[in-house]
Amino acid sequence: MLIDTSTGLIQVEEDTKILPPNVIITTLDKIINWGRLSSIWPTTFGLACCAIEMMAVGASHYDFDRFGIIFRGSPRQADCMIVAGTVTKKMAPVVRRVYDQIPEPRYVVAMGSCACTGGVFRTYNTVQGCDTFLPVDVYVPGCPPRPETLLEGMMKLQEKIRKEQARWSPWR
Amino acid sequence: MELVEKIFETRELNVNMGPQHPATHGVLRLVLDIDGETIVKVTPYVGYLHRGIEKLGESMSYFQALPLTDRMDYVSAMANNIGYCIAVERLFGIEVPERAKFIRTIVGEMARIANHLLWLATHALDIGAMTVFLYCFREREWILELFEMICGARLTVTYPRIGGVKNDVPAEFLDSLWKFTEEFPTRIPEYETLIDQNRIWLKRTKGIGVISAEEAVNWGLTGPTLRGSGVPYDIRKHMPYDAYDKVDFEVPIGTEGDTYDRYRCRMMEMRQSNNIIRQCIEKLPPGPIMAETPNFTLQPKDKMMPITHPTKEHAFYIIEKACKGCGMCLRACPAKAIFGEKKQPHKIKQDLCLGCATCYVTCKFKALTIVPGGKGFPEEKLAELAVPPDKVPEDIKKAQEYLVKHFEFIKRGPKVPQGDIYIATEVPKGELGFYFISDGSGKPYRMRVRAPSFVHAGVLPRLCVGHLVADVIANIGTIDIVLGECDR
Amino acid sequence: MAVVLTRIYIPPKGLPPTEIAEKIKGRFPEEVVEVIEFRDQVSVIVKRGRVLEICRYLHDDPDLSFDHLQDLCGADYHGKKEPRFEVVYNLYSIKYRHKIRIRTQVPESDPSIQSVTSIWTGANWHERECYDMFGIVFKGHPDLRRILLPEDWEGHPLRKDYPLKGPELDKDWKGFVEVVNRSKELKEFEWKG
Repeated sequence: MLIDTSTGLIQVEEDTKILPPNVIITTLDKIINWGRLSSIWPTTFGLACCAIEMMAVGASHYDFDRFGIIFRGSPRQADCMIVAGTVTKKMAPVVRRVYDQIPEPRYVVAMGSCACTGGVFRTYNTVQGCDTFLPVDVYVPGCPPRPETLLEGMMKLQEKIRKEQARWSPWR
Repeated sequence: MELVEKIFETRELNVNMGPQHPATHGVLRLVLDIDGETIVKVTPYVGYLHRGIEKLGESMSYFQALPLTDRMDYVSAMANNIGYCIAVERLFGIEVPERAKFIRTIVGEMARIANHLLWLATHALDIGAMTVFLYCFREREWILELFEMICGARLTVTYPRIGGVKNDVPAEFLDSLWKFTEEFPTRIPEYETLIDQNRIWLKRTKGIGVISAEEAVNWGLTGPTLRGSGVPYDIRKHMPYDAYDKVDFEVPIGTEGDTYDRYRCRMMEMRQSNNIIRQCIEKLPPGPIMAETPNFTLQPKDKMMPITHPTKEHAFYIIEKACKGCGMCLRACPAKAIFGEKKQPHKIKQDLCLGCATCYVTCKFKALTIVPGGKGFPEEKLAELAVPPDKVPEDIKKAQEYLVKHFEFIKRGPKVPQGDIYIATEVPKGELGFYFISDGSGKPYRMRVRAPSFVHAGVLPRLCVGHLVADVIANIGTIDIVLGECDR
Repeated sequence: MAVVLTRIYIPPKGLPPTEIAEKIKGRFPEEVVEVIEFRDQVSVIVKRGRVLEICRYLHDDPDLSFDHLQDLCGADYHGKKEPRFEVVYNLYSIKYRHKIRIRTQVPESDPSIQSVTSIWTGANWHERECYDMFGIVFKGHPDLRRILLPEDWEGHPLRKDYPLKGPELDKDWKGFVEVVNRSKELKEFEWKG
């Protein structure tokens, strides 16, 4: 075996070296981001139609778990919020409160046309896109998006997390 | 003694539940007053998903409001569409062809199965049976794939149209649906073995949320929630619509009126739905799928084939000589693809053009032309190909006229007789009623939706009081509410 | 087995709606304003004064027995008709399979009407919604609050003079404005990558 016999550091990719047999040298950013992106735990926060598709993604056919995505009942144990559905004005304070309860680092995925822009509902009680009061990381369009689209959106979020730098400061 | 009372003073606790709660089926909020473990008072708060569908529907023509209906009860969108279409058809006074009626019955019953599967999945998950959730979603996924086969959408289908259905069902669809109906009755016992005789399930459902027949009628309950109490009220039998008077089916009726009976009713209903689908496939007659009433229904799109479906997409071009530079098209263009000075000939930026034909419809000087298959051509080639409207070949001219008519027809709606009408249909959750007031224009003057979930959510305080906190979850599950429909 | 699968008994079709309208007219001659028939459905337009009595008669009369309140809703005829509002009751009898629609006139100057919750308990939430959307006050209602919109919302959206897109942001519901403002304040604490 190559790894067993060789001595000294092996450069496997940029910033990552392996010292056989079992030492990996890498940047703190990389290891933390790797940990974060492999276990995004969203809170179960269904608002409207998209919540049903979100449940379908969670069920066995599409299987969210293989990405390390597991739904949590409480926002305090979650990293991510999937805003699945129309946000109404009456609901907006609640959505913001749920977001505020999620500990840092936290991410928001706006799922569906309504959460992205308000969709067909240009009415008195509909918020025209949840980015009016939330910082959104990934927009997943569709009415409702297919489960594959949501999976793609979560993969986009993983890519985004992979590129982060120094989001581990002690005051965060 | 006073001291003891002071030490062991009991007071009611006020607990908030929702709107963000995994077991409230959406954004329902309950405020519970509890005395120890016993519920003293329940105050439901709804409206967290109130999007103003009724008001929005009043600003649209009858055709445009159809997609709004499947965003109400998104668990069984097909049934909502059918309910809306039937109400509008009765208002217009049009008769649907026989084949379309049977197809609607098939998809409506498929929606019923899909709805009851989701209900069972979440109800069981709330009470603590996780496996049922995974089993149910397996079959539900199958139905959604079948929906996708006929209309391309999984959840928000908009497949039925006013006057019929959008397109005919392909033969493969009927084959795979037949396979489903053969397979499905063997799957229901799988769920039942998991929970039917389960001691925990029985303890948590029997005798919970009991409501008597008279009281249930008085509260306005409908659907399986009412039939669990023993009232034989099913709109499919009482006021038959579609093909329900031509198929043979039975209606399960409960006796106790508790959560367990309602659960049994829904399980039996799934078997009956399966039967109805099989009968409909066997009896499916040939014929048209859309009513032949050009004044009230949308006509097939292949009449505008030369424009909308050429080998390549069409392009729009402004003929310089004819353009007066009035700016009408410039203002109307949704993509802002038209530019030009006032009183100077305008131009279209071809790479921004969406091909929506808005400019074509707005132009009063016939300066805009359609170049069939001209998408992506350079400007000079378009100028060469563009023919002024008076020299257009006859078939394309006809199709163009048809396109404009179609555009206006959808936007303005048909001329509807004045009057008001209330039509109810039996959706999986209960009685879905549409009440329209027409003032003679193409838009409903008043569109009212009688949502079964709204009525059912109102009965929660009656069901919960006196039970334990854990039974609130069982009661929310058993009335089968969807908040999108409740709040509209 | 608690649940039985039955070929349920469907009662024969009850009275034709025109006959029911005649009965109401015979019983309350000065209350009925108009009887309209459209597509086999009959609406009886009545004055609001004795609506509770009419409803109780329809519910309790052994020949009519309208036990199921299908729907209760409001309607606004702003600038089209006087009086401006109407409250519409869609009634059905499960026992006899007949139906009727009662439309009650409510003027704009005093938008109030008697509540029918004492007859049909299910009318409770329908009346609350009607109050929320049209501002029609139901006298004798046990708990008349807004139901769909927040309790401190201004205006009644389903009235025809209310804009579809709602008020501008600065005149919007203050709970929402507060959230938007707070999110602007908190923006500086967000992580910028």
